[in-house]
Amino acid sequence: MTFRVPRRTIAAFLGPAVAALALVGIAPLLYAVWKSLHYFNLTKLAQQKFVGLDNYASVLTDLVFWQAMGRTALLFVIAVPIEVAFGLLIALVLHRPGLGFWKTATRLSLVLPMATTYAVVGLLAQVMLNQKYGVINQMLGWIGVDAINFIGDPTNAFIAVVIWDIWQWTPFVALVLLAGLSTVPPEIEEAAKLETKSNRIVLRHVQLPFLIPSLVAVLILRTADTLKLFDMPFTMTRGGPGSATEFIAVLIERVGNRQFDIGMAAAQSIIMLAITILLARVYIRLFYREVR
Amino acid sequence: MAAPVQRRSQWGEALLLLLIGLFCVFPFYWMVTTSLKTQVVALESPPVWWFTPTLANYWEVLFVDKVGPALINSIIVAVCTTALAVGLGTPAAYALARFEFRGKQDLWFWFITNRFVSPVVLAFPVFLIARGTGLRDTHIALILMYLTFTLPIVIWICTDQFRSIPRELDEAAMLEGASQWRIFRSICLPLAMPGVAVSSILSFIFSWNELLFAYILAPKAAKTAPAMAVTFMEGYDVPYGKIMATSTLIVVPVLIFALLASKHLVRGLTMGAVK
Repeated sequence: MTFRVPRRTIAAFLGPAVAALALVGIAPLLYAVWKSLHYFNLTKLAQQKFVGLDNYASVLTDLVFWQAMGRTALLFVIAVPIEVAFGLLIALVLHRPGLGFWKTATRLSLVLPMATTYAVVGLLAQVMLNQKYGVINQMLGWIGVDAINFIGDPTNAFIAVVIWDIWQWTPFVALVLLAGLSTVPPEIEEAAKLETKSNRIVLRHVQLPFLIPSLVAVLILRTADTLKLFDMPFTMTRGGPGSATEFIAVLIERVGNRQFDIGMAAAQSIIMLAITILLARVYIRLFYREVR
Repeated sequence: MAAPVQRRSQWGEALLLLLIGLFCVFPFYWMVTTSLKTQVVALESPPVWWFTPTLANYWEVLFVDKVGPALINSIIVAVCTTALAVGLGTPAAYALARFEFRGKQDLWFWFITNRFVSPVVLAFPVFLIARGTGLRDTHIALILMYLTFTLPIVIWICTDQFRSIPRELDEAAMLEGASQWRIFRSICLPLAMPGVAVSSILSFIFSWNELLFAYILAPKAAKTAPAMAVTFMEGYDVPYGKIMATSTLIVVPVLIFALLASKHLVRGLTMGAVK
């Protein structure tokens, strides 16, 4: 039985939150759309004028923008499969019975990387990867590898970002998948284990169907977060050397905050937002087809 | 025959767990030890593992380099935005959990979508608005902008929590003549405290960690600790010990909170998609 609640009451409960979120979430967005239709550079305010869709045309034909997008996609395509593979391995180990204390300790240590301030991860990366003073090069030396210039070389800097992304987000994937594994009804898992000795068959035919929602969640969130990725590469390399680690959010920050071209930055961010929404819709459609 | 095999596989498993733990924890070990090194020791090549620790870096960053005030700014911003998010978000969550109305699904969806909007999209328009209204470099600007991610988290987690409270309680109170507001305040909110606590911790963590809004909106007076840490990287003589001391000061509070909320951290990061 549900009581009829007057409209006014509903509005009173929801109104403040909706108004606040509209103020900070939607109003700036509309302002960004408006600004994206202008030539608007903070250092040349006198030349400010309405230019229609010119900024969008420039962005869509701008090689730098698409290179940054490509770089962001490349990071996703390299890092996320590794994160899922390692994450699944860790989740399966933690899911096995026994070694209670060790497993609790490991699970707690997994919580640390993903809560770490992203800016600090970039700073840590700088300190640990330094060619001369860095501990990682020292460790590589122990196994006979020459010191690597991680931050100064374009390819290596990109690899360094991939490695730290993996460090920070593999634990997250592991914990999400572990949560997924715990949704498998124990009777079914037990029965399957009596039928076959092969862990792979159990994983493929019994556990995997229960993992799909978790995997989709990982995919959606890693996509959104990779498109957002700013703090870690910014503090580590400032997008450099050259533009080797200039991911899409770093590029937009540079155009808006260091070139002061806010009209262009607004157009870039609106296009990025459109791509984000498009991807989210594709995922949601795929997801619902899987589940229903 | 079975026992030794079992034992051996357990050893392998324990070793694997140890490796995973080391992989996660080692950077923190290195951060803390580097923060205790003088610049001379920090610039030894190859790096040294044993040295006489000193707290000089902490002293210097806290009192000379203004990391102290930046940490206070971070606390003010994170606490206020969390309180505001809870104040605005819990009634909304209650309404979403209890009332039936048109457009509920859309509203719900809109609240979650905010999780996907990159701060870089909002940062510049907000920068212009803040400059125009004199809100630039104030705590208020950051507190308001952080609502874009703290409010959805509070609403998500608390809606779940309110749904788990039996409706019979509401109905009994209603028959006694209590108003909706009173039912919310005196019956449901106290019972929903676990959800409120978890979402507060998560809001605090996310606000504390935020860099982009802080970097663009608060360059001086309201500068937060992560934005402060970034400025150390500017210039040629990179002060490793000081950077790591600052990093340690920033990270320790969030790690404590993260461990406290460890069971719910995943739920918060996935916006409730995974329990």
